[in-house]
Amino acid sequence: MAFDNLSDRLQMSLRRVTGKGRLTEKDIEEMMREVRLSLLEADVNFKVVKEFTKEVKEQAMGEKILKGLNPGQQVVKIVHDELKKIMGETNAPLTLNMIGITKIMMVGLQGSGKTTTSGKLAYLLRKNNNLKPLLVALDIYRPAAIEQLKTIGAQLNVDVFEMGIFEKPQTIIKKALEFAVTNGNNLLIADTAGRLHIDEKMMQELVDIKEILKPEEVLLNLDAMTGQDAVNVASSFHQTLTVTGAILTKLDGDTRGGAALSLRQVTNIPIKYAGMGEKLDQLEVFHPDRMASRILGMGDVLTLVDKVTENIDEDDMMSLMEKMMSGKYNYNDYLKQLKMISRMGSLGGIMKLVPGMNKAMKGANIDEKQTVYIKALIQSMTKAERKNPQLISRSSSRRRRVAKGSGRSVSDVNKLIQSLEQQSQMMKRMGSMDPSQMNSANALKAMQNTKTKQKKGKGKNRSRFRY
Amino acid sequence: MGFFDNLFKSKEKRKNAQKYKLGMSKTRSGVFSNLKILLESSKVISDELFDDLEELFIMADIGVDTVIKFVGHLRDTVEVKEITSPFDLKEIIIEEMFKLYVKDEIVSSNLDIVKDRLNVILFVGVNGAGKTTTIGKIANEYINKGYKVLMVAGDTFRAGAINQLKIWSERVEADFYSKEAGSDPSSVMFDAIKYADNNNMDIILCDTAGRLQNKKNLMNELGKINKVIARECVGAPHETLLVVDATTGQNGLSQAKIFNEVTNISGVVLTKLDGTAKGGIVLAIKDELNIPIKYIGLGEKIDDLEHFDVEEYIYGMFSDIF
Repeated sequence: MAFDNLSDRLQMSLRRVTGKGRLTEKDIEEMMREVRLSLLEADVNFKVVKEFTKEVKEQAMGEKILKGLNPGQQVVKIVHDELKKIMGETNAPLTLNMIGITKIMMVGLQGSGKTTTSGKLAYLLRKNNNLKPLLVALDIYRPAAIEQLKTIGAQLNVDVFEMGIFEKPQTIIKKALEFAVTNGNNLLIADTAGRLHIDEKMMQELVDIKEILKPEEVLLNLDAMTGQDAVNVASSFHQTLTVTGAILTKLDGDTRGGAALSLRQVTNIPIKYAGMGEKLDQLEVFHPDRMASRILGMGDVLTLVDKVTENIDEDDMMSLMEKMMSGKYNYNDYLKQLKMISRMGSLGGIMKLVPGMNKAMKGANIDEKQTVYIKALIQSMTKAERKNPQLISRSSSRRRRVAKGSGRSVSDVNKLIQSLEQQSQMMKRMGSMDPSQMNSANALKAMQNTKTKQKKGKGKNRSRFRY
Repeated sequence: MGFFDNLFKSKEKRKNAQKYKLGMSKTRSGVFSNLKILLESSKVISDELFDDLEELFIMADIGVDTVIKFVGHLRDTVEVKEITSPFDLKEIIIEEMFKLYVKDEIVSSNLDIVKDRLNVILFVGVNGAGKTTTIGKIANEYINKGYKVLMVAGDTFRAGAINQLKIWSERVEADFYSKEAGSDPSSVMFDAIKYADNNNMDIILCDTAGRLQNKKNLMNELGKINKVIARECVGAPHETLLVVDATTGQNGLSQAKIFNEVTNISGVVLTKLDGTAKGGIVLAIKDELNIPIKYIGLGEKIDDLEHFDVEEYIYGMFSDIF
């Protein structure tokens, strides 16, 4: 696909629509097609996509498209919010047994990552909850499966219970429970063999194991790159066993992970953890909101935004903008602005992944070299000069001094003076702009002294610097 | 008469196709069996019917782009041939799918195995795809054909991986080469080739650790393995097989693309086709990268392996139409 970013694509599909106050049903239907395509490419199940876009379409029809607001972005917001809602508001915790042994049963298809994840879970719960885990080897089929679990147990210094491959799993789990009691383990994680959800005999084995184990949690391990079939797998396992939670594995891959949405929508099973790598400490708490962004193709936007904004104080930015718009902008402010820009610039690679920022980055040329010498010039000014730009503008001797002190020429100083004045004037103009137009693209452009489109009118929303 | 009848003139072929049918039987009771119902219940060929067909194919994980292209071809063909009955559409679908896969070339699912030379086959893929099990099955095939097969434990990372392959080698009675866990996989390949030369092996099957294609350092490691093999054995690896799980969604295409950048993927093995997933992504892989499917895996047992045959694959998918 030409565009990775859904809002870009929605905008493209709507380019004939700009200027309309309200979108027609046909316009919205067009946008829904883009949403559908995007979600299908993300591996969300077809039926789930249909239901989802139906729901979103209803919401989009119901909302007035606010004047001046980018309708593509507004629809993306609706889609994003709806996704977040389905993914779950908060993270669902693991059910622990407060009095006795917490018993967890790990199930899933072949190759989904159960054994590795069992190890990770043992490590995590021992670390966070101070439990004493026992890993139980119930995969008597796959060559060296027991050895795999034993090796993991040894790596973690966690107890492993196994009875070789000639006892039935039903027998092994019974003995394991007895062992856990005498051995003082208060956490038991049963690693079962991978199996097809349509293999009746093997699914019955799971039913038997569950019957004996009576686990607090039955966790379905689902590979994050699973395609349309995720729905079948999840429903089958859930129907047969009543799955209490899911773990999405191999999420450190580059799959968008639509299977997660399908899983949630069809079975409502809470996703409790995300496997983020092959090492045994790479099990993370699942973030439903981040998953929503990822499915939309926005990357892990919140993590990125966190990274970016921890370097930029939003209040600083706001007060800077206010100052600029009031015409009282001075060299101190310019310096602050440059610092901000250079921080954003050095995060250029990450920034490109933040939706909307990509466009902004294209327009704003963050020239590192320029920034360096402008800083030098400003730092050669006295405090008074920085506070009051008029001093430098009106005195050639001051200008000469600043030039000498920073190792630059007088014409460089003159260029800086011009630049400040231009910025000042531009910001004044922006002051009369509709603040709801102040998205990141315009803000960045303004700060970089490139042309921005002038828009008229007023609005209520303050600028949104995050996107 | 028709295209389909022509395909299945020989009994032998029908017998093989039965195995596909059995292994994929659950497939058919999933979405594609609805193809029969869909075509039967539609009175006319309409836009709605094409939309429903798109839906079926997408649910097979074939991938949006390939599906849109494919259904586009269907629409054109229907128009050109003036087809009016949905029932006649079935033959067109099979024909077009065949054409999509074959693209007027001769596609073979045979491996480039030549007598009187050391043949090296490298197995790559993401974690959990089924590489090790597949190697066991392929080793079995060639042992039964009388070749001397060496299985190389190139996964030195995952717990129990070396032993897993060792057990398979014992099952099929093939030779086995490994170094200790944690060894550099390139050095394992290097030494394995020396060992194979010294012991008159015909075929080396090299297992590698599963890796996600977005892990740059792991892809570099794979590139290095490839280089070492190429350096130590002329023309090697003669086949690099990408093992893909049939349940994989669109990421399968990304896997094929990126693995193909560090190695020369000569074919795909589509595993776990005995589940309910259709593995349609392999059609997209063939369509976009022209990488053919060599084998399909239909279970965990030693002979749950079939050479890929597009006709049988389609038959397995569609056979309840007939």
